[in-house]
Amino acid sequence: MNYKMVGYIISLLLLLEAGFMIPPMAIAAYCHEPLALKGFALSIAAILCTAGVLYLLTRNRKSGFFAKEGMTVTGLAWIIMSLLGCLPFWISGEIPHYIDALFEVVSGFTTTGSSILNSVEALDKGLLFWRSFTHWVGGMGVLVFLMAIVPLSGKNGGFTLHILRAESPGPSVGKLVPKMKQTASILYLIYVALTVLNVIFLLIGGMPLFDAVCTAFGTAGTGGFGIKNDSLAGYNSFCQTVTTVFMLVFGVNFSCYYLLLLRRFTDVFNDEELRLYLAIVFSSIALITWNISGLYPSVREAVHQSAFQVASIISTTGFATADFDLWPSFSKAILLFLMICGASAGSTGGGIKVARIALLIKSFRRNVHRQIRPNQLSYIRVNGVPVDEKVMSNVSAYLIAYVSIIIVSFLIVSLDGFSMEANISAVLATFNNIGPGFAEVGPTCNFYAYSTLSKLVMIFGMLAGRLEIMPVILLLSRQTWKKV
Amino acid sequence: MKILIAGGGKVGATLTRQLTSEGHAVTLIDRSSDVLEAIMGQYDVMAVQGNAAVLDILEQAGVKDSDLLIAATDRDEVNLLACMTAHGLNPKIHTIGRIRNPEYRRQAYEMRSVFGLNMVINPEREAAHDIARLLKYPGFRTIETFAKGNVEIVEVQVTHDSKLNHVALNHLSKIVHCKVLVCAVQRGDQCLMPDGNFVLQENDHLYVTAETENLSTLLISLGMISNGVKNVLITGGGRISFYLAQQLQQSGISCQIIEKDHNRCMELAVSLPETRIVEGDASNQNLLEEERLESYDALINLTGLDELNIVMSLYGAAKGVKHVITKMSHAENNLLINELQLGSVVSPKELTCNSIVQYVRAMENSHDAAVSIHRIANGQAEAVEFRIDESAKNVGKKFKDLNLKKNVLISSVSHGWSTEIASGNTSYEVGDTVVVVTQSGTPLMQFNDIFEAA
Repeated sequence: MNYKMVGYIISLLLLLEAGFMIPPMAIAAYCHEPLALKGFALSIAAILCTAGVLYLLTRNRKSGFFAKEGMTVTGLAWIIMSLLGCLPFWISGEIPHYIDALFEVVSGFTTTGSSILNSVEALDKGLLFWRSFTHWVGGMGVLVFLMAIVPLSGKNGGFTLHILRAESPGPSVGKLVPKMKQTASILYLIYVALTVLNVIFLLIGGMPLFDAVCTAFGTAGTGGFGIKNDSLAGYNSFCQTVTTVFMLVFGVNFSCYYLLLLRRFTDVFNDEELRLYLAIVFSSIALITWNISGLYPSVREAVHQSAFQVASIISTTGFATADFDLWPSFSKAILLFLMICGASAGSTGGGIKVARIALLIKSFRRNVHRQIRPNQLSYIRVNGVPVDEKVMSNVSAYLIAYVSIIIVSFLIVSLDGFSMEANISAVLATFNNIGPGFAEVGPTCNFYAYSTLSKLVMIFGMLAGRLEIMPVILLLSRQTWKKV
Repeated sequence: MKILIAGGGKVGATLTRQLTSEGHAVTLIDRSSDVLEAIMGQYDVMAVQGNAAVLDILEQAGVKDSDLLIAATDRDEVNLLACMTAHGLNPKIHTIGRIRNPEYRRQAYEMRSVFGLNMVINPEREAAHDIARLLKYPGFRTIETFAKGNVEIVEVQVTHDSKLNHVALNHLSKIVHCKVLVCAVQRGDQCLMPDGNFVLQENDHLYVTAETENLSTLLISLGMISNGVKNVLITGGGRISFYLAQQLQQSGISCQIIEKDHNRCMELAVSLPETRIVEGDASNQNLLEEERLESYDALINLTGLDELNIVMSLYGAAKGVKHVITKMSHAENNLLINELQLGSVVSPKELTCNSIVQYVRAMENSHDAAVSIHRIANGQAEAVEFRIDESAKNVGKKFKDLNLKKNVLISSVSHGWSTEIASGNTSYEVGDTVVVVTQSGTPLMQFNDIFEAA
């Protein structure tokens, strides 16, 4: 374990986090919010101190950075960033309990969108902005951002690939161009461009600038923190449709957009994951529309509501325009399935990912065929290219870890005595980075009532879900911390 | 620059390391996903899996907007086809192909335009060339030649009974009786750039700049001179052995090759009429004794196994063979090797990489580029040759007045045929050839890079 290099990267990351806090601080100053201003100023000071101490401690660092270090630095970075990132809420006194503040900010960084706030509108503007901004920062990944601006990849720069893999979702993450710095820059440029586009459309729809920016942050990171108590229900239907479209857009693998920029349209059109993603989206919308058509005055309204909710759940954003907790069970079952399925690999969304679902289905089909013809050799293919068996075994391992974490979390959370529907959906909504669940944690409710232990379990679940389990689980292994 | 490297073997991996550290965008093509995975985890590169001679794979790797293709797979035919295909897809691309089979030598060179080749690399031939030069001046562990053969940087090891042991560099000229400059010293795993007060120790490896005509004087004054090499024993009958035997035949040195494989022996016997070919296992002591190993002037171990080469060099040195040369194909950890009595170590991989890196740097700056680059001190330092043109700064200034970067040293200046080993009062004019030594951390792309930015 190369502690010094890990410490150095984290110190750089903290500098970045301090920088991220400047815009919300400026907003707090502009809106004359003394409590929030104090919260941000003290938090920035605390972060800079931590970064400085870490930097001084890691001066004589040696190179030698491998997969293990890449995983560990990612897991640690997210935890430390969250521990310090929640300070503004806590210091300003807006969220009096530290664990609640931590829950809120982890929910932000991991783009979950589950809140413990009873009334969002009561929060200061600066803090509201920071809350939404964490979504945007966490969506594409902070370490990826760091790699785009700091030349980390010097002589033996291969380790940056391990960080990219640890932080970006998907079964097989690759680079777009040979250099990591450029790859990270391209990803962020696409991300920024789409976000700006989203803001512009919302402004056209008549949304105020502050609301538009915060909503776009929540959409881009597929987070789902609203700045109104009724999430997006209060805005006009144009803004809701814009958000529907952009939620789906941010749930698509970003390398598809890169291919579009390169004018390789057929490759995008033939991408299996994209096709499956769109197929799931449209069939879910159709089924839910049929199921809920009796609840709404017109078919158009039913389509609108079902499309928004489907987009919100499959992209793991978690905005709401309707209380889907009141929908019939069939619709809720579909939404529950979408929660587990999640968005595409390489997007900003969470969940198991459509790519993994596709691989699992193909693997299952192969196993069935093997029962019939035991001696037949066959490869699993994606877009016509054979998939490495290592990837397949990683996907199976991921699924096992995924299910076990859900079972254990569910058991612990059930101690609090809420309804079973609430407990299972709370675990799924946090672990898959969605936001709202059903019953007591439905779209109109929040997570405040859960005990501290349950909140800690859900914080762990959100981080594990965002980083796809391994980087977080590794931190718990004694092997990781051994010097040799 | 965007560079494609086909083949992630020894040469491919070394080139990847060198070129990524110089800031190029490298895409590696290899058939094996394990190879790609290993290299991707080490260096900042992109990888494409497949056969590099296939159109789809080349397109996928982005051949259309790449500047250079280096084809270094293990098969010559694939390399040639890859270069041809790449050139067809993108006529502007430069291609370097590694062609090792001696049978293809003529056509690869004479039909370069047909194959779309800009440069043909033959590592074995270069290694043979290097060994032949070492045999000319036995005593130096390595020799790098500059300025059209007028200047050399030679590697000298300070042994226990050497005249150089515990000598300060200020007093060096009194011992060697000619003008030389120690430009780098390898001590343990460190490469140092010494000044006049530097005191030499046992086991230091010195890199000494000298005029070619003074090399014999240097050898004599250091007490390392011996009679010229007359007969040579080569173990292993690979391609290097073939090229080396050919060259030695021409310079009248008698040589003998020991090779295990019967068919290869027959091939060698056909193509090398004046060389004695012995069929047998070189690791067999009995055979070596039968061949009277101790009566040879030089033992050159060129088998395909590094370990075997090391063991046999140690054996040869113990038997009292004066000059031992060891081929190392995989040599990564040179720290260990320096402490063994292996004599000169030749690495075909390093030689190939040197030539290619030199080509890449020349491509990058069409004028003012390095004429040649030699990596010395296990690759920890570089000796770079520049031709001074009008754009060079500080022409005519004395060196003691120049503000050079840290760890950069001008070692010699050649005006036409006359060469001056650099001292404080030396200066250079337009048209001169200058050799600069630098530690590898600061790559020199252009001559003006040697000066500290004002």
